[in-house]
Amino acid sequence: MHELSIAMSIVELAEEEAEKRGVQITAVHLRLGALSGVVKEALLASFEMASEDSLLKGSRLIIEDVPVIVFCPSCQAQRAIGSIQLFCCAECGTPTSAILQGKEIEVVALEIEECQSPV
Amino acid sequence: MPEPRLIEVRKNVLKKNDVVARELREQFRAAGVFVVSLVSSPGSGKTAFLEKTLTLLRRDYRVAALVGDLATENDAVRLARSQAPVKQITTGTLCHLEASMVQNALQEWNLDDLDFLFIENVGNLVCPSSYDLGENLRLVLISVTEGEDKPLKYPTIFNSADVAVVTKMDLAVAVEFDWQAAYGNIQAVRPGMQVLKLSAKTGEGMQEYLDFLMGQLAELRVGAAS
Repeated sequence: MHELSIAMSIVELAEEEAEKRGVQITAVHLRLGALSGVVKEALLASFEMASEDSLLKGSRLIIEDVPVIVFCPSCQAQRAIGSIQLFCCAECGTPTSAILQGKEIEVVALEIEECQSPV
Repeated sequence: MPEPRLIEVRKNVLKKNDVVARELREQFRAAGVFVVSLVSSPGSGKTAFLEKTLTLLRRDYRVAALVGDLATENDAVRLARSQAPVKQITTGTLCHLEASMVQNALQEWNLDDLDFLFIENVGNLVCPSSYDLGENLRLVLISVTEGEDKPLKYPTIFNSADVAVVTKMDLAVAVEFDWQAAYGNIQAVRPGMQVLKLSAKTGEGMQEYLDFLMGQLAELRVGAAS
C-alpha cells in the first residue's frame, strides 16, 4: 500500500504549481502505466485523503491508463503485448521484454479555474 | 462564470526518489562498489540467503548490508552473525525502501571500503517495484514453497528486477515444486530473464550465484578503469 505516499507526492507537486502560478486547481491529470506498480483504485482513495488538508482539497484526480508498449525484434516496431502475464508481441507472438512504455506515474496537466475580471 | 482551463505540466511523480537514486548510483560507481538489492514476499528466505551470501563472500571481499524491516531488528541481528557490517533501516509502516532511506543509512559508512553492498528490501512483491534505489542489480526471490505462479501474479516486480532467484531448493521435492512451470512463468512475464536456483541451507547453487556476482564486480571495475 504505497499509494498513499504516491498520492502525497502528487498533491505536493500540484501544490507547488498552484503556488507558483497563483491558481486554484480543480483537477489533476495523471498518466498511470500498467507496470507502474500502483493500483488505480487505491490511488484514487488515497488522493482524497492526501488532498484533504491541502490547496488541492476538493479537487479530482483523473487517471489515464497507459498500456504496455514493447519493441518487437521480429516486427522491428512498437507493439502491444499479449497481456501483462505474457510479454509477447501481440501481432507476431515473439517474446520480448524491451519495454518502451508502461511504467509511467506522471502528472501531465492541471485543471485550473480562471476568474474572469468582472465586467 | 469561472472557466476551467488545462495547463500542461508533465512531471514524474517519483522524480525526487529518482534524483536521489541517481546520486547514489554515481556514489557507488565512484567508490567501485557493486550494489545488489533483494526483493521478495515475506518468508521467501531473503535473510537466510543474505546471511549465507555475506558469510561466504566476506572470506575474499569487503561486504556490508542494509536491511529494511517494518518494525523489528531481528533480521539485522541474524545478519550480524555473518560478521559483516549490517545496518537496519526501520521503515515503520512504510511498505518499501526509498532511495533517501538508503542515502541516510549510508552516511556513516565509507563506500570506498566496500566491494559489495547488499540492500534487503521490505518483504513485499508490490510496492518496492516503483522505487529505484541506485542499485546495480536487483534480485527478485521466490521460494519453492510459494507456488510456481508467483511471477504471473506479480509481473511488475519481475519487470523491475534483473535476475530471478528460486530459493529453498532443498524443499523442492517435498512441496512438489514444478521447476519447468516456474521457469516458464518467469519467462512469460520477462522473456530472457536469468534465473538461478539454490538453497542457502544446503549450499546447492550458491557457488554459481557467487561466481555470477564476482563476475559482475569484475565487469564493473573493468568498465570503471577503461
